[in-house]
Amino acid sequence: MNIGILTGRIRVEEKLLIREIERRNLGYELFYDNEITFNPRDGKSWGRFDVVLERCVSHSRALTSLQLLNSMGIPTVNTSMTARICGDKILTAATLALADIPQPEFRVAYTPESALIAIEEIGYPVVLKPPVGSWGRLMAKVNNRETAEAILEHKSTLGGVQHSVFFIQEYIEKPGRDIRAFVTGDQTICAIQRRSDHWITNTARGGTAENYPVDDALNTLCVQAANAVGGGVIALDLFESDRGMLVNEINYTMEFRNSIEPTGVRIPEHIIDYVIQVAEHPIPQPEFEPVGVLW
Amino acid sequence: MSVTAVETVECPECAGEIHLSENVLAHEIIQCSDCGVELEFLSTSPVEVDLAPEIEEDWGE
Repeated sequence: MNIGILTGRIRVEEKLLIREIERRNLGYELFYDNEITFNPRDGKSWGRFDVVLERCVSHSRALTSLQLLNSMGIPTVNTSMTARICGDKILTAATLALADIPQPEFRVAYTPESALIAIEEIGYPVVLKPPVGSWGRLMAKVNNRETAEAILEHKSTLGGVQHSVFFIQEYIEKPGRDIRAFVTGDQTICAIQRRSDHWITNTARGGTAENYPVDDALNTLCVQAANAVGGGVIALDLFESDRGMLVNEINYTMEFRNSIEPTGVRIPEHIIDYVIQVAEHPIPQPEFEPVGVLW
Repeated sequence: MSVTAVETVECPECAGEIHLSENVLAHEIIQCSDCGVELEFLSTSPVEVDLAPEIEEDWGE
């Protein structure tokens, strides 16, 4: 078996995945997104791989690469469909809504004026998030109208075009923690609870991780949500609420270094199991979509 | 591609000495223990590091 690994930088996660591939004596080649070029007739060259595992930190590069590889018929983990949906918080929310997966209420608006109306429909506090981005960056908790007006003006004046697409989400009062669950294929392999005094609980922002037991209800919700966004190897961020568990965001190039020790689950083994499964039984790849078309 | 023995390289920011461990891989991010700057390990032959790229807006999981 020959696995292509596409990455932008080597993190602990990439080292653990490489170590797991080497432990199983599987063939692999590493590619760095800074260095590669794609030729539309590259199918034969990339065809030497049974599967390509995408591990870029750049969503734009990951999505473009996956779309091109899938257009050549190369199986990938994850598929371009999963990356396209999960890499865009608006598409994720819209897809979850179509599948009736519980999530915080949300609105999308394009001007500060319409965004303000949408914010007040939901009611303060709300969370303003960039549609693309991760690690809890550039998120704002908006507690009142004065703050809303200031942040909307700043985003529309100082931000790029993308910052004038306002993704507004209901703020969920968490019990000092949120849940991150890891799914490979049709199984929730483990979950952690992330505790923080700050309303942003990402471990990348200092949140601490403890094991969170996966029961049937959590497994079912996570697998349903995973399937809705295209499935694969993904991490779901969930909130506990008085409406039950809500799916907040879904990550398709998940980081997991802080979750192995508290859960006791060998996450890299599960990921490589799934990569092998895709290589041996390629799942139908999405139709080729021109790069840049989002929906 | 990793270094085959412990090697030393100069920090491009503060000129401090950085000791690369044997298992560091190309494109891994390392930190200068003197000034704390993040560096990207670029190549083994010659051993080369440069300032790590700033986080871009679309970076993440």
